Amino acid sequence: MPDPRYVAAIDQGTTSSRCIVFDQAGNIISVAQREHRQIFPKPGWVEHDADEIWQSVQTVLAEAVTGAGIDDGQIAALGITNQRETTVLWERATGRPVCPAIVWQDTRTDALTRTLAEHESLFKEKAGLPLATYFSGPKIRWLLDEHGLRERAERGEVLFGTMDSWLLWNLTGRHLTDVTNASRTMLMNIHTLAWDDELLAAMDVPRAMLPEIRPSAEVYGHTSAGVPVASALGDQQAALFGQTCFAPGETKSTYGSGSFLLMNTGQQPVVSKHGLLTTVGYQIGDGPATYALEGAIAVTGSLVQWLRDNLGLISSAAEIETLAKTVDDNGGCYFVPAFSGLFAPHWRSDARGVIAGLTGFVNKGHIARAVLEATAWQTREVVDAMNADSGLNLTTLRADGGMTADNLLMQTLADVLAVPVIRPMVAETTALGAAYAAGLATGYWPDLDSLRVNWHKAAEWRPAIDESVREREYRNWKKAVARTLGWVEQEG
Amino acid sequence: MGETIQSVERAAAILRLLASGPRQLGVAELARAMGLPKGTLHGILRTLVHVGFVEQDAATGKYRLGATLLHLGSSYLDVNELRTRSINWADALAGRSRESAWIGTLHEGHVLVIHHVFRPDDSMQTLQVGTYLPTHASALGKVLLAHDPYGEGAGPLEPLTKRTITDPAALERELDQVSARGWAAEMEELTEGEVAIAAPIKDSRGLAVGAIGIRGAVERLAPEGNLNMEFVSYVRDAARAITRDLAR
Repeated sequence: MPDPRYVAAIDQGTTSSRCIVFDQAGNIISVAQREHRQIFPKPGWVEHDADEIWQSVQTVLAEAVTGAGIDDGQIAALGITNQRETTVLWERATGRPVCPAIVWQDTRTDALTRTLAEHESLFKEKAGLPLATYFSGPKIRWLLDEHGLRERAERGEVLFGTMDSWLLWNLTGRHLTDVTNASRTMLMNIHTLAWDDELLAAMDVPRAMLPEIRPSAEVYGHTSAGVPVASALGDQQAALFGQTCFAPGETKSTYGSGSFLLMNTGQQPVVSKHGLLTTVGYQIGDGPATYALEGAIAVTGSLVQWLRDNLGLISSAAEIETLAKTVDDNGGCYFVPAFSGLFAPHWRSDARGVIAGLTGFVNKGHIARAVLEATAWQTREVVDAMNADSGLNLTTLRADGGMTADNLLMQTLADVLAVPVIRPMVAETTALGAAYAAGLATGYWPDLDSLRVNWHKAAEWRPAIDESVREREYRNWKKAVARTLGWVEQEG
Repeated sequence: MGETIQSVERAAAILRLLASGPRQLGVAELARAMGLPKGTLHGILRTLVHVGFVEQDAATGKYRLGATLLHLGSSYLDVNELRTRSINWADALAGRSRESAWIGTLHEGHVLVIHHVFRPDDSMQTLQVGTYLPTHASALGKVLLAHDPYGEGAGPLEPLTKRTITDPAALERELDQVSARGWAAEMEELTEGEVAIAAPIKDSRGLAVGAIGIRGAVERLAPEGNLNMEFVSYVRDAARAITRDLAR
């Protein structure tokens, strides 16, 4: 008999908080969503109000449970997945934030991270991460310095947390974080999964303010209504888990404004020689941590939006496929969207975008093709780096995110990767991953195999071009990439 | 050039005048500009208001172009847009029914498959997006024919199985029924042993822009030849959900 209970997942994202209730087969029973404000005090600064987010989370949790036509007693477990790296500082005594939360996109720590350059190899080896404004460590340091909070932090009166910690604090009263979120701070040793004195010293962050690092799935505590809070995972890691990428080599790619590929590399962290991040994929209870390599691509879906908003060639993002299908190929045209430099695997901030191979023959249809191919080739570059770093070979790509509605893109991906591309039945892989982890921790699902059974293929695209064509096109793409480099001259 | 219809020409002239500037025009101004008596214009304006091409300001009594006219040129719904807006609902339909889900639109007398979700049993299946189905022999096609505002009609009624409807009068009756009840069934009319169910997806003006449905073995969808109505409600729920989404 099917379990009459459900699992709820809070997906605390960059622009909104959602709560989704799932049944035991992984079907969505109800969804509730609330947007929150994006605060832009200065160019390059992005802030959130942590109190507002906590209010939204409480609201969507209540709405999703009501919407499912059930009561709290029927929720077997509550999971959390969250926007990663966003940094909240709050007061232990009152539980109130002491400053605005700094969002992951915020670049105010640019100058600060450059002063840390002497520690670059330390961060790479111990934290598995390059020096970048993206991660939480520099954001904590900046807040301590600029808001004069250091002494209170040293006394443990002011606490740090990423969004998972902030929600766990409010839901359970405990100051915790999970390993996947901790692996994005630059403060956790990726090998020992513990805060590292050397890293803390290099970043100059006091240990007293840090949460306790816990596995991604265990019962952390209970909500006031008695629901066990039983998982926390960063959003991309949750998507990896929701896609049931449990075996080494299994890889998911989420296609949104930018794209994130994560490859399960098993129980050993792989330090990348090819521009990828080493990150914790998940840790279930007392089990060993599973690691992942992560490749971030800055511009994929946002290039389609650029075509719509800045060039007006299409009136909705979906029309890119219609426009691209007015022609049979790219007409010799390649578009490298290095709008703010190139991310993985190149990491070249001096690069800027190019459209290469233009002739009088090229029309807007060819440019639309080149735009879709840009997402595919950027994925190929990251996959090549992952294969080289991990010694594993990608055999299929599990794709999710909004762009998977674009059939031409999915076919192009299969063509350039030379492996099948699969779209899973449940598009909400992020929330599903958090639900799965929480359900595992509470015994709602017995094991990983019971989750694999829930995963179903909604569509599959198989490679359909010749190797010679693929090689020629990849060569041309690389030539176009070479032309983006060195555009920005060193600032004086 | 053959004979032209004077009142249509006058209606066109009114629309041109109303489109020529941002301000609203009263009947006296229009009459002066066109050199016609006001009485002649009243009937034409009333007709234009009736079809929604012109609106009359309730306060001033003056006229301006209507919203219907403004949307005329941009009402076409891109099929890729339709897929994007439907994808979550189609997944949910396949998940609930445990059958493959399909979305089709009319294209030159055929059903063009614009979206296909595999049956969730991990059997070997091939993506059918871009293929065509015959309108008269498929549930998707019957829905689209029954709701086709342009009345394209079915092509030749070729028999595909012994149960395919090949008599034009019988198809006409079938389409009337589809239109009246809001969904269509296909009982082994396309392929032996297969049953399909479909319902219309409508845009904000109430026009059918596509059809969504499921397809599966007769033993599951229609045991002993009787359609299981639970599947019909799944399909209609999905169609209504997408229709609601498109209206936003």
